Amino acid sequence: MSRSFRTADGGLVDRKAPLHFTFDGHRYTGFMGDTLASALLANGVHFVARSFKYHRPRGIFSAGSEEPNALIQIGDGPRALPNTRATQVELYDGLAAHSQNNWPSLKYDARGLADRFSRLLPAGFYYKTFMRPKRLWEWYESHIRRAAGMGRVPAGPDPDIYDKRRLHCDVLVVGGGPAGLAAALAAGRSGARVVLADEQARFGGSLLADTAAIGGQSAADWVDAATAELAALPEVRLLPRTTVFGYYDHNYLAIVERVANHLPEPPPHTPRERFWSVRARQVVLATGSHERPLVFAGNDRPGVMLAGAARSYLNRYGVRVGDRVALFTNNDSAYRLAVELVAAGCEVPVIADLRTEPSRHPYAGKADGLGIPVLRGHAVVNTAGRHRIASLKAMPMTEAGDGVTGAARDFNCDALLMSGGWNPALHLFSQAQGTLRFDPAAGTFLPGTAGQAVRCAGTCNGAATLFECLAEGEAAGRAATAASGIAPAAAVPVPAVDGDTPGPVRLLPMIPAADPEIPPNKHFVDFQNDVTAADIGLAAREGYISVEHSKRYTTAGMGTDQGKTSNVNALTLLAAERDAPVPEVGTTTFRPPYTPVTFGALAGRDIGPLFAAVRRTPMQGWHEAQGAAFEDVGQWQRPFYYPRDDETKDDAVAREVLAVRQSVGILDASTLGKIDIKGPDATALLDWVYTNDWDKLGEGRCRYGLMCGEDGMVFDDGVTARFGPEHYVMHTTSGNAERVLGWLEEWLQTEWPHMRVRCTSVTDQYATAAIAGPNARRLLAGLCRDIDLDSAVFPHMAVRTGMVAGLPARVLRVSYTGELSYEVNVPADYGMALWQALLTAGETFGIAAFGTEAMHVLRAEKGFILVGQDTDGTATPADMGMEWAVSKRKDFLGKRSLSRADMMMPDRKHYVGLLTEDPSIVLPDGAHAVETVKPKPPMAAIGHVTSSYFSPTLGRSIALAMIRGGRSRIGETIHFPLEDGRVVAATIATPAFYDPKGERMHG
Amino acid sequence: MLLIPCPYCGERDENEFHYGGEAHIARPENAWTMIDADWADYLFMRANPKGKHYERWLHRHGCGRWFNALRDTVSHEVIATYAIGDAKPAAKR
Repeated sequence: MSRSFRTADGGLVDRKAPLHFTFDGHRYTGFMGDTLASALLANGVHFVARSFKYHRPRGIFSAGSEEPNALIQIGDGPRALPNTRATQVELYDGLAAHSQNNWPSLKYDARGLADRFSRLLPAGFYYKTFMRPKRLWEWYESHIRRAAGMGRVPAGPDPDIYDKRRLHCDVLVVGGGPAGLAAALAAGRSGARVVLADEQARFGGSLLADTAAIGGQSAADWVDAATAELAALPEVRLLPRTTVFGYYDHNYLAIVERVANHLPEPPPHTPRERFWSVRARQVVLATGSHERPLVFAGNDRPGVMLAGAARSYLNRYGVRVGDRVALFTNNDSAYRLAVELVAAGCEVPVIADLRTEPSRHPYAGKADGLGIPVLRGHAVVNTAGRHRIASLKAMPMTEAGDGVTGAARDFNCDALLMSGGWNPALHLFSQAQGTLRFDPAAGTFLPGTAGQAVRCAGTCNGAATLFECLAEGEAAGRAATAASGIAPAAAVPVPAVDGDTPGPVRLLPMIPAADPEIPPNKHFVDFQNDVTAADIGLAAREGYISVEHSKRYTTAGMGTDQGKTSNVNALTLLAAERDAPVPEVGTTTFRPPYTPVTFGALAGRDIGPLFAAVRRTPMQGWHEAQGAAFEDVGQWQRPFYYPRDDETKDDAVAREVLAVRQSVGILDASTLGKIDIKGPDATALLDWVYTNDWDKLGEGRCRYGLMCGEDGMVFDDGVTARFGPEHYVMHTTSGNAERVLGWLEEWLQTEWPHMRVRCTSVTDQYATAAIAGPNARRLLAGLCRDIDLDSAVFPHMAVRTGMVAGLPARVLRVSYTGELSYEVNVPADYGMALWQALLTAGETFGIAAFGTEAMHVLRAEKGFILVGQDTDGTATPADMGMEWAVSKRKDFLGKRSLSRADMMMPDRKHYVGLLTEDPSIVLPDGAHAVETVKPKPPMAAIGHVTSSYFSPTLGRSIALAMIRGGRSRIGETIHFPLEDGRVVAATIATPAFYDPKGERMHG
Repeated sequence: MLLIPCPYCGERDENEFHYGGEAHIARPENAWTMIDADWADYLFMRANPKGKHYERWLHRHGCGRWFNALRDTVSHEVIATYAIGDAKPAAKR
């Protein structure tokens, strides 16, 4: 049964707009302007979660993005969002929220037993457990996996769209609180292009919870006026609901705008979130600060919260966080809050103040006047209560603050607010390579030297009063404007502020426990990852004394809250443990994102068909209409095989292969790289980049070239045709075209700028149909009048130009299949017309289209290498049995490396063929050969299979492999132990299985 | 995401470029008289300094031209960019 803890009036929620929502199936009401957290608290609900490791009951802790506890699953179905901070969820009608990390329910969580065994699960326990026996690891892992993690992955693909946009501006202001608004106004009034981003739905930051007056206006009115003025400036872009989550090089920042998360679903054509990447001339960080928790036993019970958060719930949302609200503080800010709570109808049973000196704050007097008991020099040493705090225990401290002494006193309460001081939020400053400097008086880090064009203003810069925030913001805004090259507008005097001036703070690394003999294992430091003061001490005693080790071993600061409420306390404890000053301990690196970012926002529109660029040839429509299966070759989609009727892949490939060997086949070869090379030094360039000689190649002739890197390893091959004295067209493998052109350009631009030669990619400019088979010439003759195809006049490895099927064509007589073969190149727009013409004319020959798989089988039967499959960047020409292609006369790129001692070793892997003893067995690609077969691994491997097929032409399996010393082992039998336990025997053979003399392609 | 000033096109985002490693390493003229270890140095060994680094960049998704840069590998400040063949700018600012 829920009562209402809503105040009678006040706050920024719209009490005329009630909203209905559910949490774990229970129905509640809130108002427009509530967060899920404020609405739950308004209904008296504090206990909303179970902690990560110990499954301890946890409640709402803060009012902002620093929330470590209240991680909630929002929504159901594919739109659900797990691990969302309830403090950042804007309430909407019909919102369905679910607690996480519990079974079968939040209240009766079976894994809560973990808390009973917490002594066995300290920091780093998983480095010492689940090690033996090794064979049980996968069983352990399946259980650990189920116990770990929080939230549930949404069921089904994300139906929402996400956008990405670019933004350039003069001044980016991060944070729309008093300092940020002042900075944005100063820059905006100067006419600069300004972007102001704030993670909340409205601007105002800390002013939204403040009751101070600015220049006679209420804080809320001042914020409204500032926002309205900024909205009216044409060069200012306001981005509420927007988190600047990453600060990268050269003032490049990543931003996510939550466009529609506050609605049940995004309106039509509206993205759910928008990712902005921003390049800003100048950045002003007005990111505020986070309140520091106090580290005492039992500080994690539901109802124990940050004092500033309770103030926000009271003043901004009109919510009392309890009936009997106690406070525990080390500074002055608790007193004003206590008075405000009493005015709202709460009872304040006690204020425990660590400081012994009476506070001189004006509200301390008012608290006294209201009869609120104040215990000076006292610490809260424990709390009690199962799913909600019910009482606290306070004791006087020793003079030095290192222990407690005297009588304990218990106080009933249903909320305990802790105020430990403020830590500037410096994540972005640090990400931008800014250094941090420790301020011993404040016990926290302030910005040091900036790493980029950035300024800090406000409490993140250590400002202590509202007036300082406004003044610093204005100054930073003007300075940033000037630095971006724009004359700032005249300075506006900072309005008078009626606000607080803080007094002294008493800092202790840890609040002493009632019994110093018990390790402080209920003094929570990192609430999200369940790290206690005892863990930090334990880690230090085990030797993890560096801040990097301590963080990783204890996992303090490694949760999704990135240590916003734990880092400084953890460092302070580590320093105390090491008896060293905090600056000596140092800090770890802050990394983006500041708060979690959805994958959707990062992917944007680049999903589905837009995930990766797809390249298609002009003949693609025909392949698709035939029902071809496709394979990806680089970015190209190439037909893999063309199944007819009920053919399996093997059936189709066999039919295609035999069609080529017996009559004629047609292949779309448009994807091969084509580079046009022109200039007086064209031949010299080819001589440099290829292993073979080019100066004697005549016009109208083609040559196969092998290309190596400077390390002597083969990285591409292809046929280059000579069209004129200074004109060649180089062909590359389909996947390597860009890489080879890049290689040529790199050498020409950086090493040989004196060479007179130009290279141009023409891959996309020509479509290519390759016709191969004994009937290829007859087929071509029917479509081509002006080229003499007689073998004596148009031999193998030559090129002619003319008209084919009425289309201007370059015809290369080259063969990868080992059959008589022509590659007909036409301007790309004519590709489909050429293809259709060849198919029609080929009907009398029973022409069959063949795909890449058939092509691979055909070339493998001939032993022709496939660069990138038979080679892997570690094979030299000699390894591949291609010393015939290596010039002895000239130098070329890679040649020097070929004479390294290592390249001459006889046990290098050689390219060979394999014939299995059982001809029906096709070795798997990548199968490893061993010297001696043993019952189980390890066995010394001597090479592996690079290509393997069933050959329809030979009626048996064939394979190509790289085997140590292979060429001197022709005829020997070697063995391949396979994963399924079989051992396959195969004989080493020369790679040319079919027509080794090459008679068919020369015919 | 660095902002790199291409000498030909002006400032552009890093993802328009391709990094080309240490600059001013000319292909050795005496390749055939060097010992293997020195040839391997040319192929593989690079200075990798913490601080000022002379390096090559290619404006691959832009003008397609190679150029040199002087960049601080710690702060990532791009101190200067200059054409292939131009003299090295001084490392001291």
